[in-house]
Amino acid sequence: MKKIIPMGLLWLGLLLAVPSLMAAEISVKDGDSIQSAVNKANTGDVILVYPGTYKESVYVDKDGITIRGVVQDGEWPVMEGEGVRNDAILYSGNDFTVEWLTITHYKGNAIMGQAGNNFVIRYNKVIDTGVYGIFPQFGKNGLIEYNVLSGIEDAAIYVGMCDNVDVRHNEVFDNVAGIEIENTRHALVENNYAHDNTAGLLVFITPGLPIKTTYDVILRNNFVVNNNTANFGAAGSIVSKVPPGIGIVVMAADDVIVEGNIVSGNKTAGIVITDLAFITDISSDPDSEPNPDRMVFLDNLMFDNGADPVADVKALMLTQFSRRGPDILANLGSAQEPDNCIINRERYTRFGVKKWSECERKDTSDILTMRIPGGAPNEVVTTENRTKLLYQGICAGCHAYNLRMIGPPTLTVQALYRNDAQGIADYIAAPHKVRTDYPAMPPQGHLSPELRREVAEYMLGVTK
Amino acid sequence: MRRRILPLLVLLLGIASMPTDADTEWNLSEVCPAGFHLKDGACYLQSFYSDYVSLQSSGVGGLKTGLPLLREGFSAQQIDLGRLLFFDPILSLDGDMACSSCHQPARGFADGLAGSIGRHGEVMHRSAPTLWNVGFLRQLFWDARASSLEEQMQGPLFSQEEMANTPTQLLASLQQNDNYRHLFRLAFGESEIDLQQVYTALTAFESSLVSLSSRYDLYANGFHEVLTQPEIEGMNVFRSFVARCAECHTPPAFTNQQIAVIGTPEPDGVPLDAGVQAITGDASQRGGFRVPTLRNIELTAPYMHSGRFKTLRETVAFYTGGRGHAVPKGEHLSLHWHIWEPNLTDHELDLLVAFLKTLTDQSFTPVLPTKVPSGLQPVATQILTH
Ligand code: HEC
Ligand code: HEC
Ligand code: HEC
Repeated sequence: MKKIIPMGLLWLGLLLAVPSLMAAEISVKDGDSIQSAVNKANTGDVILVYPGTYKESVYVDKDGITIRGVVQDGEWPVMEGEGVRNDAILYSGNDFTVEWLTITHYKGNAIMGQAGNNFVIRYNKVIDTGVYGIFPQFGKNGLIEYNVLSGIEDAAIYVGMCDNVDVRHNEVFDNVAGIEIENTRHALVENNYAHDNTAGLLVFITPGLPIKTTYDVILRNNFVVNNNTANFGAAGSIVSKVPPGIGIVVMAADDVIVEGNIVSGNKTAGIVITDLAFITDISSDPDSEPNPDRMVFLDNLMFDNGADPVADVKALMLTQFSRRGPDILANLGSAQEPDNCIINRERYTRFGVKKWSECERKDTSDILTMRIPGGAPNEVVTTENRTKLLYQGICAGCHAYNLRMIGPPTLTVQALYRNDAQGIADYIAAPHKVRTDYPAMPPQGHLSPELRREVAEYMLGVTK
Repeated sequence: MRRRILPLLVLLLGIASMPTDADTEWNLSEVCPAGFHLKDGACYLQSFYSDYVSLQSSGVGGLKTGLPLLREGFSAQQIDLGRLLFFDPILSLDGDMACSSCHQPARGFADGLAGSIGRHGEVMHRSAPTLWNVGFLRQLFWDARASSLEEQMQGPLFSQEEMANTPTQLLASLQQNDNYRHLFRLAFGESEIDLQQVYTALTAFESSLVSLSSRYDLYANGFHEVLTQPEIEGMNVFRSFVARCAECHTPPAFTNQQIAVIGTPEPDGVPLDAGVQAITGDASQRGGFRVPTLRNIELTAPYMHSGRFKTLRETVAFYTGGRGHAVPKGEHLSLHWHIWEPNLTDHELDLLVAFLKTLTDQSFTPVLPTKVPSGLQPVATQILTH
């Protein structure tokens, strides 16, 4: 009933079919609420948030909404959580964009997605706010760029259980984890500046999540510098178990390419490649494959890493007769196997890479993005098609056009009621028993009178 | 809420004479159950969610996300036969217990007890889960020890504590019954009744218990006006990264179907239930349970594997009691990382409860038989009070 339409076509279709739906701009000024603007907005609308302080949590459960801060003379719109509000922005809609906001002091996340494909999160400043800064989850096809995030007790940018995401040109500092790619496929992390976190860039499989894999991830041309901040993660959180002083951690993820990064001044190690044993005291998950496979380590600039490593790595240095900590540390187990590869290995201080092979690939210049050309196809629900959805989702469960199902055929109902939509709307609010050879129809009184009327009209118009 | 369900059940009970059990001559419905459409002789679900996809076909996500894979494609007759078997105490050795003894339609297909009552009146140590949407689950039982409905049901059927039957005895009683011989032929063709057919029919019926038309579902599909402001606020607490409920009870099924160690308390004096560890032997899974669905949760008190919590309010308050606050002294559990210190306010707990009640939907309650082919009294086809 609903067709899968690529984004571009959808816009075109909307513009052609219903000119009244042309994207509108809704202005929000200091003292107004962003949420009321979202409630008014339709697919395609842009909400302009002017400088001011907005003390609210905003949720977006519609498709095609843009929230755009307006920065004037250096004055930004600020979303202020005051340490009591949960998340600043929570979206589930497809084709969502949020940009040009300052977000601070929330208990939960600054920007969180739950599903919602084709998201764009950019030009935001996230300061000292709760658990994650930017956290899209269950989203396909997204862009996270030009954000600055600091003071976050877990990952500043956390791409969790997503596909096809580019993370680029962001600055993340003074967080526990800078940028984390977790249980996600097809991600490009490029041109970011990750400094002064506990760990800079993390590519993880976390066990116990419903989507089990991480693979096809490129870390390219990032600055990963001086990530030595003491771990201030919440007790029990996964990142609270990451030792400080690590530039890059690859845990259990497969097909990760590391190229062109400047990795320096990280006191435990430049990069650690490890299996799931790295994280202790976590309930095991037999469906999570624990080994990092086929890591590709191309040219990177690494120096001054491992200067003052945590005790475990110090002990390892003794066994390696090394006075310097590692640029590259492949942890015991599968991380040391020859399915991983490296070029110009002699340049780095390295532990555990003896068996790594030489890479065939020398660079990744052929890969420009991990996003999908044209965007991910979406089911877009607009105010126009939702009555049809209501009929299909509820009524068609028991009424077929010309066939007896649990309820009588739609044709029969049409013949009975002819043009009396109101009659149907009234009946379904509190159905009484009509036919002895049918069960009772469940009441639909929780639908408003308008909705009942809309769906009644739709039922009278059904033609197949 | 009671006000809303009771009339519905009364109505359903009122239609004592479905076409299937109208007369002395037993017959099976050729019509698929509510929500299902006939295609090539088999029944397939059509719901709000039918046209949505989910990331990696995982069946977890946000508001408009495709469902987990459903056990579907059974014939209308198989489903209808399963319906009769489900309520028929002929399945038990003593002829006095049916699946519906512990999975009662009037109680959200649970039984309202902390521990179900076994064969000789003994109290079992776990609570009966709802069967609404059970066809979407890949692993069954609180400790995930069965991986199909067919495998699961052999637990109650043949356990001494429960229906206490034996495969031979069960088959014999069905084969000796004229009505069942006739009905199994209608559902499965000309062959002797075998156990696989019994399992298939019950699986078919269980998988037809679909609840996806709640007021929450209307909201999720664009009808934002059906939820009240406090209910929407409750939903936002539920999916916030402070409460984190949606990280485990993930829509649309309201379970991510994973094992999680969250450390709920046992009733006073009862030793810790080792949960998944008792099945796998893995110490890190001590106290682990499969995340249960929250659909129709309003109807299935008391809560948790042990039924320790009598109300939803107490249940949600567990999550803000502090990480590990109910773990017995001297026990070490590898608690899940999402169990933390969210410091939810009383008001937020009330909002959570308000939201959970929007997940109630029994509009596809099957027709409850007034009689069953064995001639025995069908079990729990009316509202029972304990
Ligand atoms: C769970 C199954 C079910 C669902 C869902 C359902 N119906 Fe029905 N409907 C029935 C049954 C059964 C009857 C016949 C009741 C009777 O004759 O007593 C019926 C009858 C009707 C009638 C005929 C009343 C008459 O005067 O004969 C109308 C109109 C109707 N339904 C509209 C709707 C609309 C609109 C929806 C969606 C909002 C809907 N139904 C959803 C089962 C259902
Ligand atoms: C004596 C009460 C009782 C009877 C009779 C009974 N059950 Fe159950 N059922 C339970 C309890 C208690 C559990 C949970 C046990 C556990 O997890 O260890 C359960 C679990 C289940 C589950 C797993 C649900 C889930 O979410 O994992 C299914 C399915 C089920 N029962 C179906 C049936 C069927 C079919 C029958 C009839 C053949 C039946 N039950 C008979 C008490 C009963
Ligand atoms: C870490 C995963 C996880 C999180 C987060 C979580 N739950 Fe649960 N939930 C579970 C598990 C596992 C159980 C079963 C535990 C048991 O029986 O001991 C459960 C049980 C429940 C039950 C009882 C279900 C029943 O059928 O008895 C309710 C209600 C519930 N959770 C609500 C919530 C709410 C509200 C939140 C957020 C405040 C939440 N849960 C957060 C995993 C989780």
